[in-house]
Amino acid sequence: MFAYLVRRLFLMLVTLFGISVVIFFLLRIVPGNIVDILFAAAGYVDPADKANLEKELGIDQPLIVQYWHWISGFLRGDFGYSYVSEKPALQEILPRIPITARLAGLALLFSASIGIPLGVISAVKQGTRLDYALRVVSLSGLSLPSFWLGLLILTASVAMFGQIPIFNPNPQTWLEAFATYAVPAAAVGFRSAALTMRITRSSMLEVLRQDYIRTARAKGASDAAVNYHHALKNAILPVITVIGIEAAFLIGGLIVTETVFNIPGVARFLVEAIRWRDYPIVQNLVMLIAVVVVSANFIVDMLYAVFDPRIRYTD
Amino acid sequence: MRSVRALAAMAALSLLAISTVTFAGEPKQGGILRMYHRDSPGNASIHEGATYSLNVPFMPVFNNLVIYKQDEAQNRMDNIVPELAESWAWVSDNKTLTFKLRQGVKWHDGKPFTSADVKCTFDMLMGKSQQKFRQNPRKTWYDQVNDISTNGDLEVSFNLKRPQPSLLALLASGYTPVYPCHVSPGDMRTHPIGTGPFKFVEFKANESIKLTRNTDYWRKGRPYLDGIEFTIIPNRSTAILAFVAGKFDMAFPTEVSIPLLKDVKSQAPNAVCVVEPNNVATNIIVNSSAPPFDNIDIRRAMALSLDRKAFISIMFEGQGDVGGTMEPAPAGLWAMPKEMLESIPGYGPDVNANREEARKLMQKAGYGPDKHLAVKVSTRNIPVYRDPAVILIDQLKSIYIDGELDVVETANWFPKIARKDYMLGLNLTGNAVDDPDQSFYENYSCGSERNYTNYCNKEIEKLFDVQSQETDVGKRKKLVWDIDKKLQEDVARPIIFHARTGSCWQSYVKGVTVMSNSSYNGYRYEDVWMDK
Repeated sequence: MFAYLVRRLFLMLVTLFGISVVIFFLLRIVPGNIVDILFAAAGYVDPADKANLEKELGIDQPLIVQYWHWISGFLRGDFGYSYVSEKPALQEILPRIPITARLAGLALLFSASIGIPLGVISAVKQGTRLDYALRVVSLSGLSLPSFWLGLLILTASVAMFGQIPIFNPNPQTWLEAFATYAVPAAAVGFRSAALTMRITRSSMLEVLRQDYIRTARAKGASDAAVNYHHALKNAILPVITVIGIEAAFLIGGLIVTETVFNIPGVARFLVEAIRWRDYPIVQNLVMLIAVVVVSANFIVDMLYAVFDPRIRYTD
Repeated sequence: MRSVRALAAMAALSLLAISTVTFAGEPKQGGILRMYHRDSPGNASIHEGATYSLNVPFMPVFNNLVIYKQDEAQNRMDNIVPELAESWAWVSDNKTLTFKLRQGVKWHDGKPFTSADVKCTFDMLMGKSQQKFRQNPRKTWYDQVNDISTNGDLEVSFNLKRPQPSLLALLASGYTPVYPCHVSPGDMRTHPIGTGPFKFVEFKANESIKLTRNTDYWRKGRPYLDGIEFTIIPNRSTAILAFVAGKFDMAFPTEVSIPLLKDVKSQAPNAVCVVEPNNVATNIIVNSSAPPFDNIDIRRAMALSLDRKAFISIMFEGQGDVGGTMEPAPAGLWAMPKEMLESIPGYGPDVNANREEARKLMQKAGYGPDKHLAVKVSTRNIPVYRDPAVILIDQLKSIYIDGELDVVETANWFPKIARKDYMLGLNLTGNAVDDPDQSFYENYSCGSERNYTNYCNKEIEKLFDVQSQETDVGKRKKLVWDIDKKLQEDVARPIIFHARTGSCWQSYVKGVTVMSNSSYNGYRYEDVWMDK
């Protein structure tokens, strides 16, 4: 188990190093930098002013020097300054993390709490009207872009209730606070819930055909005990994998959801920072997201080992 | 007796009605004006930007020496009023503009405002001071200013190289606030200090901008509002829905398109919406330094192919104007008369005849039904640029030109134009001030940084100077018309149309005036109040 842990940790560090190199150089390959954008916005360019600004921001230095400055700073916890707001990058990033974390957490909770039970029901009731209805729901969830779904929710809210559930930084009641996150979380989590439901269903169906399930039934175990104690416990591994992957992919869905619901989270902030080529923000934020995703995968790997002793022993 | 009573009752009712109207029209103090903002401005320094995304939230923080009257829609020389200046006078053969400054004005940090602040600001704009702006997009506005001199704390003079009556108009723009000497340009980008009706509270990028009432404002009794809060909502659908739902008191000025306006009016019938021109011209930039547009015949053919009314009809449901460089009348002050405009090739009402002439020119250049000219039409990847570019491509087909749309991200647009890496480009030009000096020198003068096409005509350049020095408005107008006509005939930067846009606010918001010949100058908001 210890060797397994050490190997996974080492792989994690190598992955993070690779990501840092990729982020840094990909950003530089994209045409234009902050100085180009600032002058484009001003509709003129003065070569001397441009050179001064590039020097001031340090983007006139060789790439390898820029990389070293960034990565050594990141390791020391010095994230530099945003090129746009001229405030410390960490000061810009940190307040946005809890907002996105809450949203992502709620979306994942929505995904698991809706997707797993409905997936189990769909599998257990295979071939019934209920199964067909649930499969239509899951297919809809996979087909509807969260951007479109979000706009639909907003339009319907305004038309039906005269209210719009966009982000409210100062909610007056707990209901407002809940709506601030719950509605967009449902919009972004609907797709994840649909995916979780499908994976749970197919995994359950596979397990329900196993000999040991038949044995359990033969021994007189109740339906609930068979479905939830024997079958679900063994069918859950691929579902955990999918939820882990979805946690990483959620950032993509959150970008549009944060835009539609006007939530000042990190996902929308990241897109804006890319638009401005605000390297300190983009690099550090992507790196932080990478750390979270790689750590989430690491935790999922550890959970595998906890849930399936064979992984522990073979590794 | 009954009729007397009835008359008395009617009189009482009338009096009540009059008193109610008077009461409702009386400005009320208080309230926070909530407005959405269309995007997150890069910083808070008006002098370092060239977008009204900066002027709208930060103009209320500052004062100018002089300003266009905020309750009149049209910016004119005769409605420029003193602000930090109490009065002004032209002296020395119109080569010196002297301002007497207001006494007792304080910056938001409590320090006194003096003539030194005015000198600092304009020295910095002219690039003559130790402290520098990171960007200085309107440096050319002050090309004719030799220096700024002060006489005590309350008098300042602009000493010019030659007379330039329009300097006063430039100083009245929302782009010309006075900055404090004691605050660095860097600090002004993040935490602006002004003398204006509202104090800066905070700017959270991509989130919000907050201003609060300046209780120590020099204009007693103003502002009416306790503050202004801008919520940044880049998604237009979300923003409009939020306005309709009553989350905001005002939509971002001039940002409601004509089709969206219909939605707003149907969903929020009580909202007040106005449609005004905004002195933004959609135009074509032509790379005349390389084939095929180095051939004047092809350039002229392209100009002749334009069906301007079709652009306006498709994009704005007819709510737009055809004109030259200067904004069309009645909102624009310097527009050519209709008959003069229609005498310019391509502006005549018979589009088919124009195109027939264009085809002849194309055939003369070696193109025809069997040999089309393939061109790339470059434009920024923003709907207001992209949509007319698509219509342009369609219209060019009628004269044997096959256009291919080349959408360019904003970051790459200006570098691409600057290195002349384009054939045709569809561009928008916003004019901060409805004055020929701002428009001609900036966009058509030889060597100007914003003269993207490098159009250079020394004869016209001389005329720019002649009109610029002319103090007789009538004579100046005629000079301006001739110049504008010549610019269109030279296909310097063919103007397609001048757009009109909508602005909306809730019915209880009072004292809002949308300017009709500039979208940069009307956001002081000290006269705005809320009747609720």
